[in-house]
Amino acid sequence: MTGQVVIVGSGHAGFQAAASLREEGFAGGITLVSADDGLPSQKPPLSKGFLQGKQTEESLLFRVPAWYETNAVTLRLGVRVVQIDPLGSQLKTETGDAIPYTHLILATGAANRPLPCPGADDVLYLRNLADARRIGARLEQARRVAIVGGGFIGLELAAVAAENRKTVTVVEAGSRLMERVLPPVLSGVFRRVHEQQGVQIRLNTVAQCIEKQNESYSIQLSDGQTVAADLVLAGIGVIPETNLAQAAGLVCDNGIVVNEYGQTSVSNIYAVGDCANQYNPFARRRLRLESVQNAVDQAKTAAKHLMGEAHPYRVVPWFWTHQYHLKLQMAGISAGYDQFSVAGNPETDTFSVYYYADGQLIAVDSLNRPGDHLKARKLLEAGSCLPAHSER
Amino acid sequence: MPTITYVEPGGAQHTLTLPLGATLMEGAVQNDVKGILAECGGSCMCATCHVYIDEEFLDLLPDIEEEEAEMLEGTTAERRPNSRLGCQVRVSNKLDGLIVRIPDRQ
Ligand SMILES: Cc1cc2nc3c(=O)[nH]c(=O)nc-3n(C[C@H](O)[C@H](O)[C@H](O)COP(=O)(O)OP(=O)(O)OC[C@H]3O[C@@H](n4cnc5c(N)ncnc54)[C@H](O)[C@@H]3O)c2cc1C
Ligand code: FES
Repeated sequence: MTGQVVIVGSGHAGFQAAASLREEGFAGGITLVSADDGLPSQKPPLSKGFLQGKQTEESLLFRVPAWYETNAVTLRLGVRVVQIDPLGSQLKTETGDAIPYTHLILATGAANRPLPCPGADDVLYLRNLADARRIGARLEQARRVAIVGGGFIGLELAAVAAENRKTVTVVEAGSRLMERVLPPVLSGVFRRVHEQQGVQIRLNTVAQCIEKQNESYSIQLSDGQTVAADLVLAGIGVIPETNLAQAAGLVCDNGIVVNEYGQTSVSNIYAVGDCANQYNPFARRRLRLESVQNAVDQAKTAAKHLMGEAHPYRVVPWFWTHQYHLKLQMAGISAGYDQFSVAGNPETDTFSVYYYADGQLIAVDSLNRPGDHLKARKLLEAGSCLPAHSER
Repeated sequence: MPTITYVEPGGAQHTLTLPLGATLMEGAVQNDVKGILAECGGSCMCATCHVYIDEEFLDLLPDIEEEEAEMLEGTTAERRPNSRLGCQVRVSNKLDGLIVRIPDRQ
């Protein structure tokens, strides 16, 4: 098959789409256009090994530079796309260039939600390598670090800062950590460990305004307290990058709406990764996922479909986070569970939580039990016809 | 810089010179050696970077830590005495000439 595939976004989804198209034998042109200016590279280590200084920038690259030439993947890095013209089948870039396509793959990801409070101009957010470099440099100078948002990224940043002996405060609006995705038993373990490491956790409160005095900041919280810091970071969720799609008239609803193959409402335009909203059989509904697994597997599904092989997207969702000695691996989507059971030993931070809905196993979270996680993925993959309390 | 030879499941060989400190997984994936998925990018979270190490070199490798041992229990291809996770083995001068075989499934 030939033609011109243009991919917008060089994150996990965009890169994978290019790699999979070549693996599937696509013989036409592939252009990868991205606002990011570095060679495509991994995101998860940015809030973990990279900031800890354990992983170098080179180690994050998906492929060596020569790969792009060998595989005839044209890179247009540091280039922002500003418009899609679906009727004329072309893109327009910030600098006014037109890029024609026969197929378009949108892998535009998501952008950090800005902190909605006065004085937030100096707050730093983490989404890409440039952000991580900036945060790394500022972290070295800072003594007191305040982090707004007790979700995965906020807490991974808190762990890195605490390990570097900073005075760390986490401000979280919810009543517990990672509330949206974890049950109380797991939130509790993470809270205990963070507190043991000296991190101050402030729950049920939000940042109302940030005042700058000389080189330091004072954050006013809604519960009347204040937090003093030399560096303020925020991880309060993301907004899918759907502006291009919306302006082009593609159907969007919490992400760009796609069918089981990744096609948008315009059949030669696909959307994959954090920006895409797709039916997920393991969640039993439409949703938008923010994970490497989802970005990679949706890209593979779309590349296959583009090559004429129609396999509906059906991969067990999974995700991980790493903070101190805590390695949490999540398989399936636990939202909507009506029953759960714990196996292992919560006292030693090694246990798994099994979630059921209507008597069927729907998800398993494993804390420092990697063997359970791998088995769980196989169980969930094999089909959710398992009764509650089945084989462990 | 040490030279490592990867043998893909289909038999194709790639001999690569890798920078010190790179992992066997990175060396393979970044150079497009087929057969290693590395879904978690080297975080010891996925067990899809399973490789078989040339017996001669086994003793020169870093010890298997507990989490790697547990992940090795869950590999898709058969676990053998010379099984390792590619992301947990860093390339050093001692490993110059190492042959790494990639299983047919991950
Ligand atoms: C710090 C951090 C830690 C994470 N940790 C984990 C983890 O442990 N496990 C896990 O599974 N997931 C983790 N994630 C989530 C995971 O990285 C994302 O789900 C994944 O990157 C999504 O890939 P994507 O390609 O859809 O989007 P992105 O990786 O966000 O890529 C989007 C790309 O689109 C480009 N782009 C957007 N708009 C335009 C435009 N108009 N023109 C040109 N280019 C454009 C951007 O520049 C970027 O290159 C983490 C994310 C972050 C930020
Ligand atoms: S790359 Fe995932 S365990 Fe090695």
